[in-house]
Amino acid sequence: MSLAEFGIVFLRALMVFGLLLVATIVNIWAERKILADMQARIGPNRAGPFGILQTVADGLKLFFKESITPRKVELGMYMLAPFLAVIPAFLIFMMVPFGRPFTIGGNEVALVGADLNIGLLFVLAMSSMAVYAVVLAGWSSGSKYPLLGGVRATAQAISYEAAMGLAMVAVVVYSATQGDGGTLSLVEIVERQNGTWAGFIPRWNLFPQVAAFVIFLLAIIAETNRAPFDLVEAEQELVGGFHTEYSGMRFAMFFLAEYINIFSMSAIAATLFLGGWSGPTFEDSVPAFISAILPTVWFLLKTYAIVFIFFWLRATLPRLRYDQLMTLGWKGLIPAAVVWLIVSTISMGFRQFGAPWG
Amino acid sequence: MSDENTQDQAGGETDTFDLWVAGTEEPQFQPTDEGRQEISEHESEDRLAAQFGRVVEDDYVFDEDADDDERMIVNMGPQHPSTHGVLRLQIELEGEIIRRTRPIIGYLHTGMEKTAEQLNYAQGPTNVTRMDYLSPLHEELAYSLAVERLLGVEVPPRAAAIRILMTELNRISSHLVALATNGLDIGALSMMIYGFREREAILAFFEKATGLRMNHNYIRPGGVAADLPPGWKDDVAAILKEMPVRLQEYDDLLKENPVWLSRTRDVGIIQAEEAIAYSITGPPLRASGVDWDIRKVFPYSGIDQYEFDVPLGERGDVYDRYRVKVEEIEESLKIVEQVMDSMPKGNYRIDDRKITPPPRARIDESMEALIHHFKLFTEGFKVPAGETYVAVESPRGELGCYLVADGGPMPWRMHTRAPSFYNLQGLPIAMADSLVADTVATIASMDPVMGDVDR
Repeated sequence: MSLAEFGIVFLRALMVFGLLLVATIVNIWAERKILADMQARIGPNRAGPFGILQTVADGLKLFFKESITPRKVELGMYMLAPFLAVIPAFLIFMMVPFGRPFTIGGNEVALVGADLNIGLLFVLAMSSMAVYAVVLAGWSSGSKYPLLGGVRATAQAISYEAAMGLAMVAVVVYSATQGDGGTLSLVEIVERQNGTWAGFIPRWNLFPQVAAFVIFLLAIIAETNRAPFDLVEAEQELVGGFHTEYSGMRFAMFFLAEYINIFSMSAIAATLFLGGWSGPTFEDSVPAFISAILPTVWFLLKTYAIVFIFFWLRATLPRLRYDQLMTLGWKGLIPAAVVWLIVSTISMGFRQFGAPWG
Repeated sequence: MSDENTQDQAGGETDTFDLWVAGTEEPQFQPTDEGRQEISEHESEDRLAAQFGRVVEDDYVFDEDADDDERMIVNMGPQHPSTHGVLRLQIELEGEIIRRTRPIIGYLHTGMEKTAEQLNYAQGPTNVTRMDYLSPLHEELAYSLAVERLLGVEVPPRAAAIRILMTELNRISSHLVALATNGLDIGALSMMIYGFREREAILAFFEKATGLRMNHNYIRPGGVAADLPPGWKDDVAAILKEMPVRLQEYDDLLKENPVWLSRTRDVGIIQAEEAIAYSITGPPLRASGVDWDIRKVFPYSGIDQYEFDVPLGERGDVYDRYRVKVEEIEESLKIVEQVMDSMPKGNYRIDDRKITPPPRARIDESMEALIHHFKLFTEGFKVPAGETYVAVESPRGELGCYLVADGGPMPWRMHTRAPSFYNLQGLPIAMADSLVADTVATIASMDPVMGDVDR
């Protein structure tokens, strides 16, 4: 590997890291502003223009605060848990292509952290890892509310991961019919969504896989522990849930992980169903620089559209109860996902190979 | 467990029930022991464990088969986001299911009833108004009505009408807080903000009329502190115009919301018999289908001249309590509208200088007025010896004031029948065998105000 190639790999990782941090700062601010608007409040408006630096200020404050360690914690696990939350959150986004590849000095730079051929599997694995952080944090805190939060997290994650995985499989199967053989690479999946049907309908997986999209959306909201599925940290019931005993920077890491996960999961939803960065680039009519940057803009727009759904639901819906969440997961989403997978596979089989009797 | 007293309380007699669930055998009630809430020195290990919250200590046994290892005791409160102040609940959990609950109170005890014995009758309302801080005007009204009954005086019609106007507005503002916190506790964050936003309009009117947003000391023995401010009709009309729109908004948000329904329907049920047995009053009682409203049964301050209905629930669950509150807001709006249209002219307080102070201008020109003023604000007025009990319908239920006068300027004893205190008794039966998440929904729907409970 030449130095230039190494530099490009390094640059790609750095871009992912930077994009996520900036996106998180914007996300937290946007959530507070949007919620405030929906609730007839003002929201943060002190730090910087429109209060956009509020997140930075909060982060700095948390950074300088004392991290209190309660006496009864299991120290090793207690210290490990925040890192276990943040690292998978960053790694998930490594798989997501966030723009069209471009060329600098003869070297092609792909706008993706890493193009693994098992990208989707990696995403599933990492999102399961994040659950460990919550469970460990809850258990190692040596306190009752975090323990309840941790137990809830385990059950919730297991239930909804199944639905999420099944919805992904439907997309993978569909995607395999659109190109040359099956693929788990997110880069490949995006490229197969390029172009249009009948000249104006984009070839997004959303249209043929609309049920899978709805299931996936519900599952990622539950997976990231957001309202109305935020039982894990339901502050009205469990005070702070799994992070009750965390303070200072350790708490900030959980907080960061939550918002990175929202962004990453929305990005994956956009990639799988909304065509990722694909979109019109107007190469003939605008300067090359703009047409190079447009795919990234499309990607961010699609991602934020899904992030907005997260905020919207939080402002509108009351929280589900634990047993209702389980019922929805096991009796609602998972059977629906299985049925959809079977139906869409059979219909694709008909289209690909014709009717078995004909 | 050497102490004989301890033996009885810590489960020596397992067949005695502290609680009675409708449909079961009639229990043998034991006298309550208020000392159970304190941590004293010479106690056995078991007792101390109970008092520090390591075990739930109760006389009743729900399920004798359960293994102790499977159960966990959680102290919810007194510092907890959803216990509405400083209510402490000892709950025994089996997984996520609540097996036993004990509400523990007393963390906000300020001795207001005792303080009342050191304040003269004119100062009394400043004290009682701080008990139930969400419905201060009802507290003042109950106290003033009790004093007036002992004095044997009747306030002028305008004073009575102002009292009804203000207390019914207060009912709306209190119910708005109840709806807001109920929404918040179930996770409907927006409802929280909406409820407080609408309450703000009413509090602004209160500030205009009484000078303060809370703790008004506006309703006093002999009438009210001041006449309504000029332009009050416009303010009240604005509230009357705004509220139905906002109520419609709440209905859009919650009434048929499936998540809200699933969280509140058939949760925290209190049956009518249980509610009556536990002296539960107010919206929780009416949600159980019992038609009992002090405004209808023992009308006060001329409220019987106004037309209004008493909304009733059917099942006695959290949803019914929520609906009853919303509908009571609508009924209160009706009353306010009628009061506004029929506000009588006249004096806003009794023209008896032995009870109410003379106008400021009279003090400069009349010796007699000066003496009255001086006497009223130093010694206060004397009330003939006797005792009385007057109840009003506060947003939380029957709010009673029991006064014993010994002929002096201060009450010999003042006791408040605080609706929150009695309503809290229903929590253990409402919460038995429910889930942790239902706890907060149930507490919020009972709408306790800890200042009212502990006094």
